[in-house]
Amino acid sequence: MNEPRAPAVWVSAAPPGEQVCTLTLLHHFLDATAERLPDKVALVCAGKRYRYAELKRSVDALAATLCRGGVRRGDRVAIFLENGVEAVVSIYAAMRAGAVFMPINPLTKGEKLAYLLNDSRAAALVTHSLLREVWEPALALNRRVQTCLVAGTDAAFPDARCTPYCAALDTSAESLEEQLIDQDLAALIYTSGSTGEPKGVMLTHLNMVSAVRSVSTYLGLAESDVILCGLPLAFDYGLYQVLMAFAMGGTIVLERSFSFPVKILEAMARERVTVFPGVPTMFSLLMDIRTLSNYDLGSLRMITNTAAALPEQHIHDLRVLFPQARLFSMYGLTECKRVSYLPPEQLDIRPTSVGRGMPNEELWLVDEAGNRLPNGSTGELVIRGSHVMRGYWEKPEETAARLRPGPFSGEKVLYSGDLFRTDEEGFLYFVARKDDIIKSRGEKVSPREVENALYSLGGVREAAVVGVPDPVLGDAIKAFVVLRAGYHYSEREVIKHCLARLENFMAPKYVAFVDALPKTDTGKIKKTGLG
Amino acid sequence: MQDIKGKLRAFIIDNFILSGQFAEFQDGESFMDRHILDSTGFLELITFLEEHFGIEVADEEMVPENLDSMNGLEAYVLRKRAA
Repeated sequence: MNEPRAPAVWVSAAPPGEQVCTLTLLHHFLDATAERLPDKVALVCAGKRYRYAELKRSVDALAATLCRGGVRRGDRVAIFLENGVEAVVSIYAAMRAGAVFMPINPLTKGEKLAYLLNDSRAAALVTHSLLREVWEPALALNRRVQTCLVAGTDAAFPDARCTPYCAALDTSAESLEEQLIDQDLAALIYTSGSTGEPKGVMLTHLNMVSAVRSVSTYLGLAESDVILCGLPLAFDYGLYQVLMAFAMGGTIVLERSFSFPVKILEAMARERVTVFPGVPTMFSLLMDIRTLSNYDLGSLRMITNTAAALPEQHIHDLRVLFPQARLFSMYGLTECKRVSYLPPEQLDIRPTSVGRGMPNEELWLVDEAGNRLPNGSTGELVIRGSHVMRGYWEKPEETAARLRPGPFSGEKVLYSGDLFRTDEEGFLYFVARKDDIIKSRGEKVSPREVENALYSLGGVREAAVVGVPDPVLGDAIKAFVVLRAGYHYSEREVIKHCLARLENFMAPKYVAFVDALPKTDTGKIKKTGLG
Repeated sequence: MQDIKGKLRAFIIDNFILSGQFAEFQDGESFMDRHILDSTGFLELITFLEEHFGIEVADEEMVPENLDSMNGLEAYVLRKRAA
């Protein structure tokens, strides 16, 4: 199959006099592309088209505003926005200002947002007026944030720290002196854990540039690619669609949500989308559309899947529907972005494998004692590479549990916390998570986080949250609840209570009211057998 | 007319509106913008429309113009019933 091959554009278009060098900082990829292709459309979003040069101008202006607002090198800039041009600009602007971007899912509710802002000690917040019911109370509790840029309005806010985002773009961008090296943090991405408290994954410029290089290389992404991204930018899978597109000089078609699959199909046909990254739930929704064949999706050349296993039936159906597209089944974790991909030609041979790794990375399985296992074994997957995170933000114990000494002196390697088996040729097959995290709609759900939300209901005496198989969601969230005497709630009331505190994908789909929960000998709630 | 909007408002408040925040929404406001409905919520809304108003929602009609606000919903239901 004739495919456009990526030109090896890893060289910066540096100002005259400077030595041309390999790009080392993540935001330099945008600078280089903007220099090379200023008039090319970088981003299509909400009916508007943004060219590379104008995006870069916005990035520089916003970066200057952040600096004037007190953002210093290494400071965290929280980005609490729906998918949109503001989110894209803010991500690059934070880096341009020498700071660390911290994308927060726009579905996050007040209490968790306050926790994230406090835990990270964010110096700035970029957000939207439509989300004010969530961020205004959280901001009121926070004295650390010095500047808050609000998109969607030019009205004033009672909090003097808030200024309109549009005014921030209107300023002149004095040249900012760059002091960063690739060891500096580029991003802080929070991920749910078993303890119920999200942990911030620290990613350096080197981590992220390494990942961009490895992933775009094995996918064969090219300048001519048009990527449709309906994934949240707060999720690294969505985020990297933008990072890679801008590195290659491609175009991103950014969608806010997957609530209306028909609109996604229209966009794919209209923009002649070539790349579609999805999770199994999205593929289910699309394939449910009875009029799917009415849309001309002939330009689609690549479909990718990660975050949850793609059922064999899905793999088959997608290949029948889009015979001209290469399907990539992949696996990764936020702590290192991506780990492995299955070369599409292997789908006929071993469709349930996620591959044997990716460029510039080493993988192996270990037993409980940490001994390296031969092919044909089952064990925990360990990853070595420059894409592996710096650690968890201010959580040395959790970090030490995941980043452990590797085979070479002075090096740390990442323990994935996932069990895999390998076949005789070293291809990986996911077996199970070691922890109790549930994957619903491709999103991580911490049972403990949901249980904490349930316990905040006055009448709940005990709660246990488990995942139950669901044909569309992967796993659905089910809550078992024991109520205190004299209390009564409907299933719907309990779910709504959770929706008020948690992202929607974390709220239980089912609530079962029981008289008692099974216990272990030591009196802890026993979840095995609950379902 | 009141009947359609009244029923819809009751359904949405009962199933999706949380106490305190999001307590009020205008007829013209977007459910998506206000985070009142997500992809699962819209599917539940479609089921409600089909069951309570006796219409069949075609794939190509599952668009924000028809489903993302009280005004949109009322106009959509009226059009379907008139057809």
